[in-house]
Amino acid sequence: MSLTTEDVSRIALLSRIELSAAERESTREQLNGILGFIEQLQAVDTAGIEPMAHAVDVVQRLRPDLVTETDRRADFQAVAPETEAGLYLVPRVVE
Amino acid sequence: MNWEVVIGLETHAQLQTKSKIFSGSSIAFGAEPNVQANAIDIALPGVLPVLNREAVVCAIKFGLAVGASIAPRSVFARKNYFYPDLPKGYQISQFEIPVVQGGGLAIRVGEQEKFVHLTRAHLEEDAGKSLHEDFHGKSGIDLNRAGTPLLEIVTEPDMRSSLEAVAYARALHALVQWIGICDGNMQEGSFRCDANVSVRPLGQKEFGTRREIKNLNSFRFMQQAIDYEVQWQINEITEGRAIRQATVLFDPDTGETRAMRSKEDAHDYRYFPDPDLLPLEIGADWIAEVNAGLPELPQVMQARFQAEYELSAYDAAILTASRAMADYYVAAVAIAGAANGKAVANWIMGELAARLNRNDMEVAASPISAAQLAGLIQRIADHTISNNIAKIVFEALWNGEGGGQANAADEIIEKQGLKQITDTGAIEKIIDEVLATNQKSVDEFRAGKEKAFNALVGQAMKATRGKANPQQVNDLLKKKLGG
Repeated sequence: MSLTTEDVSRIALLSRIELSAAERESTREQLNGILGFIEQLQAVDTAGIEPMAHAVDVVQRLRPDLVTETDRRADFQAVAPETEAGLYLVPRVVE
Repeated sequence: MNWEVVIGLETHAQLQTKSKIFSGSSIAFGAEPNVQANAIDIALPGVLPVLNREAVVCAIKFGLAVGASIAPRSVFARKNYFYPDLPKGYQISQFEIPVVQGGGLAIRVGEQEKFVHLTRAHLEEDAGKSLHEDFHGKSGIDLNRAGTPLLEIVTEPDMRSSLEAVAYARALHALVQWIGICDGNMQEGSFRCDANVSVRPLGQKEFGTRREIKNLNSFRFMQQAIDYEVQWQINEITEGRAIRQATVLFDPDTGETRAMRSKEDAHDYRYFPDPDLLPLEIGADWIAEVNAGLPELPQVMQARFQAEYELSAYDAAILTASRAMADYYVAAVAIAGAANGKAVANWIMGELAARLNRNDMEVAASPISAAQLAGLIQRIADHTISNNIAKIVFEALWNGEGGGQANAADEIIEKQGLKQITDTGAIEKIIDEVLATNQKSVDEFRAGKEKAFNALVGQAMKATRGKANPQQVNDLLKKKLGG
């Protein structure tokens, strides 16, 4: 499988990444290279092997349901571009 | 043409944990903006989510309550989309292998019973909130809600009317509160529904194209929105326009649904397993442990009420429609005795329900406690008072008379002298007086007018201020007139 320039544009749009025409081409080549690796992996016979959802074969550790965090809003908002009344401000988003 | 409506519901139930699903922030409602949003919730670099055990317990409880299978191993996935109140650029959810699979819920519309199948229920995190007003052209973001644990419960497209959809939503709403996994507060957004609605000509096999009505936060709006949407779709098709898949919002002010955005791109969420989270393993022993802690489920309780108290299926369903209602009934029967189970049911669904309704109150807020109502019913059962007098006592109880204790009914009966007169001698004396002062009725009765008899019973009951046993009055009066 290999990606077209249109595929790359669509993926870039979904990822909210702006690509110049030159970047689109180099990205396409890189992505196709990665797809090549995946083709190699897919060629391996995995019949009878149970699929894994994670590279590490261990299970999720769970956390007790306790409130352990305190209010650090002032610290976090100190590095935010803009805040007001405790809110993070962002360019207006309207549906 | 006849149309068939097809509805599937997706419900987000906020789980009743103390902390978030992947972090130790509080989820208490109503805090100052962003004071409950820590490094994990606002997605600072280098943080790792750690799953809250209690959220998983909630999912297991739900799965058991709807007869679903609990996945021995389920997987968290990233759902990718961009929105400012989603700080990571993805929502952690479950996709290919959700924790709860299958199961279903019995619903009732009038006397009709129906089973709604569930596709799945999966754990996920909530997003934050965007505020679009008052920030000089910008949007304000509050991330307190980001990371709040949700169980998204998805049905099969099994419902065929807005009434069925509402019946399902109500049953689900009652169930999640019943098993204690969600507070059901719709105003605060703890329980919100999306409805997938389509129509098709009756008899057609394929489903029509559906539109999804988002964020229905009351049962009334749900019904209005679906009814409007169905009519809109039928009109569109009738006028030759095809339905396009879309997300729509319901405007309670106009009663209309309106398309929000085209779904073409929105569906491309590019799900993939979240490498930050390992598979969730749930062993049989854990499920058994959670099962042991589950309360008696509504459908089990219904069957028990029918068997133990000889209630109809309808009555049993009403009495188990909410945990509060069932608790009230169980508490009242425990005092009044199993033999009075039917009487208790009748009083709750009759007199009490009418009173609560008229005052727009829930049973949990009833001014008459279960013990007080049971005390009243006991006095009817042991013939201390008649059914008619009981209504007077009920009124007094409702108004808080009788001292507020469990024996309030007794206090009222005693204080107002409402005890039924069962002494035959006393009643005979009253009847003699009635006969003496109502010669005209006596003559009419003797002349064959049956109605005159009823008038005499009425007079006798009036003379005892309703406290005589009507049957006894009847019998004695008959004896005297016949003699």
